[in-house]
Amino acid sequence: MNFEPTSERRMISDALARLLADHSDVSSRDETAFQAPYSRTKTWQALSEMGAFAALAHESAGGFGGEGFDIATVFEALGRALCPEPVLAQLLSIQLLTHVGDSSVNNALTGATRYALAWEEPDTWFDIERIDTQATTENGNILITGRKSVVYGAPAAQRYLVLAKFEGDLALFDVDADTVERHSYAMIDGGGAAELFFRATPATLLINDARAPLQLALDAGALALCAEAVGIMDVLRDTTRDYLGTRKQFGAHIGRFQALQHRFVDLSIEIEQARSITQLAASRLGDTEGSRSVSMAKHLIGRVGQLVAEESIQMHGGIAMTWEYTVSHYAKRLTMIDHQLGDRDQHLQRVMQTL
Amino acid sequence: MNFTFSEDERAFEAEVETFLRDKLPPEIAARTHRGEEIGKADTERWQAILSQKGWLAPTWPVEHGGADWDPVKHYLYDAAACRAGAPRTVPFGVNMLGPVLIAFGTPAQQQHYLPRILNGKDWWCQGYSEPGAGSDLASLRTRAEQDGDYYIINGQKTWTTLGQYANNIFCLVRTRASGKPQEGISFVLVDLDTPGVEMQPIKLIEGGHEVNEVFFTDARVPVANRVGEENKGWTIAKYLLGHERTGIAGVGLSTHALTRLKAVARQQTRNGKPLIEDPLFSSKIAEVEIDLAAMTITNLRMLTQSQGSPGPEASMLKIKGTVIHQTLNDLARRALGPAAAPFPAEALAANLALVEDTQARNAARYFNNRKLSIFGGSNEIQRNILSAMTLGNRR
Repeated sequence: MNFEPTSERRMISDALARLLADHSDVSSRDETAFQAPYSRTKTWQALSEMGAFAALAHESAGGFGGEGFDIATVFEALGRALCPEPVLAQLLSIQLLTHVGDSSVNNALTGATRYALAWEEPDTWFDIERIDTQATTENGNILITGRKSVVYGAPAAQRYLVLAKFEGDLALFDVDADTVERHSYAMIDGGGAAELFFRATPATLLINDARAPLQLALDAGALALCAEAVGIMDVLRDTTRDYLGTRKQFGAHIGRFQALQHRFVDLSIEIEQARSITQLAASRLGDTEGSRSVSMAKHLIGRVGQLVAEESIQMHGGIAMTWEYTVSHYAKRLTMIDHQLGDRDQHLQRVMQTL
Repeated sequence: MNFTFSEDERAFEAEVETFLRDKLPPEIAARTHRGEEIGKADTERWQAILSQKGWLAPTWPVEHGGADWDPVKHYLYDAAACRAGAPRTVPFGVNMLGPVLIAFGTPAQQQHYLPRILNGKDWWCQGYSEPGAGSDLASLRTRAEQDGDYYIINGQKTWTTLGQYANNIFCLVRTRASGKPQEGISFVLVDLDTPGVEMQPIKLIEGGHEVNEVFFTDARVPVANRVGEENKGWTIAKYLLGHERTGIAGVGLSTHALTRLKAVARQQTRNGKPLIEDPLFSSKIAEVEIDLAAMTITNLRMLTQSQGSPGPEASMLKIKGTVIHQTLNDLARRALGPAAAPFPAEALAANLALVEDTQARNAARYFNNRKLSIFGGSNEIQRNILSAMTLGNRR
């Protein structure tokens, strides 16, 4: 066994950290995270130029990575910097487009075409079997009707990849974003999403039976979220440790109080567990145990994430309740990761089904 | 022991319910249920209605305009008010300064200030915490130096809740630099219009404006505005901590939060079933319901036995009560699933909320209520108080 990242992955991680360092203070993050289109063109281009998207696909698809560890490397760095750019939307789309076999994936890998995956609906709650959007053929044209909900990255996307029922299958379509009614909003933890209303909207069929590729993409997405969470947890742990060592009450650094020492140590233990389960999932992504391992990881990340978010705030006290202090934003993002691509209960149920 | 309410208590509950039905403006109740900020005008409007009924300061003695409720009556009112969506009475004047003035104020201070609390002329806020004095409140550094009939106040207070609506602030200030820190603190009343007093908002984690910083630069405050003796302010601060804690466990709020949690768990579906039928989720609702049932009795038992002024038991009520409330908020957020993500103000404004508008703020409420275990003496400080009481100085 070897637990060291490859030198290539280390380089990507370092390059991402340098690139994102400029944009991660609260006030400049606010401009991107809470104002439409919830993405900064300059940052997006820089991500593209340093290969952050190309790292998400295999060489055979035109990328230079695509393994679980590549995805985890990119998203851990994004998490450390609390980057609100919708890279997850691009990852999910790249994963699906590699199954299509045309040139569209190349434009996704350079970031030149920005995609969002529109699959969840108001009543799906991370269950692909409950997708109810319909596609029909009229005069040789395919038309889509339905509503897609909390579509991450949609406000900045030029094209949507849409899941809809078509001739008895769950099919994947490509839709021009300009043809869709879109209501964008910020998310509570920053970044943008939208409600999309399709009303006999023209679409191009990409994959007839998209269930299996969709599940693979969602697994990759959940792994990405786990890695993002680990990056966030590391920052919260370091920030909390520094605060325990600088804040003085009762004539001593508060880190001198055993009640807080033990809680901090417990936190550190759980974070290492979260890192390990994420690495396990990364190592198995795409193989027969991949889906189950990702669910194990996403479940544990949900549990540990809540603990780390709540304890980081509590050990800081009032300061971490303020918008101005970065801990509040890291804690919000970490908490809301449990609301994306399946919560801890759903992933636990998936593990329970294959005991 | 008898856990049933007496006929008198039942009659009182019915009176409260009738009053709320007749007098609570529905638009205010709707906003409370949606979790919106109530704002100054509607808070004052509701408190005036309560005051007219004689229920604004129910635990004050009757001669000062109170109703002298016992803990059971207070509990019954609180539960009914939360169910109905009545705004919480802003505590700083009624529950904090009022009892202090009744216990420590001069007759002149009582005659001037108490009626103004009841009739809404004064909105008080609290100047306790400072950037360097949170849990260790006694280390506060805001100075008051005497100059004839005035104190000259310099320093900074923080976490001043709803200070943006207030016209007065009660403060703990340092009047003596030497000796034990606790023995050089005085309790003074400051008109916020005093030159040299500035307030700035603090934006909170979920984006709301609820707390403020207050800066004092050579602010001249009459010595007559001091409550109690000079350098005895710590006694007053401690008195406050042990007094008027009937609401500290938040049983009424948590009971209502449990009702709301069950409602959203019935509305939401996961895996094709109502969430409330999902054992992973419903077991958590059941657990917190059990905790709350126990808390309800713990609260009434401790308040009754201490006649409304629990000492260290208040710490127990605060710890358990806030943890239960935060658990309810956590589950209410998780019950939304993906629909928890939209920034609530934007989603509600665009009429795009994915859940009923009374539930759309569940995530924001969860984040905001992380404050419960931090403010009013953090739960760690409450544990220190409890362990000092039960373990003494055994180390």
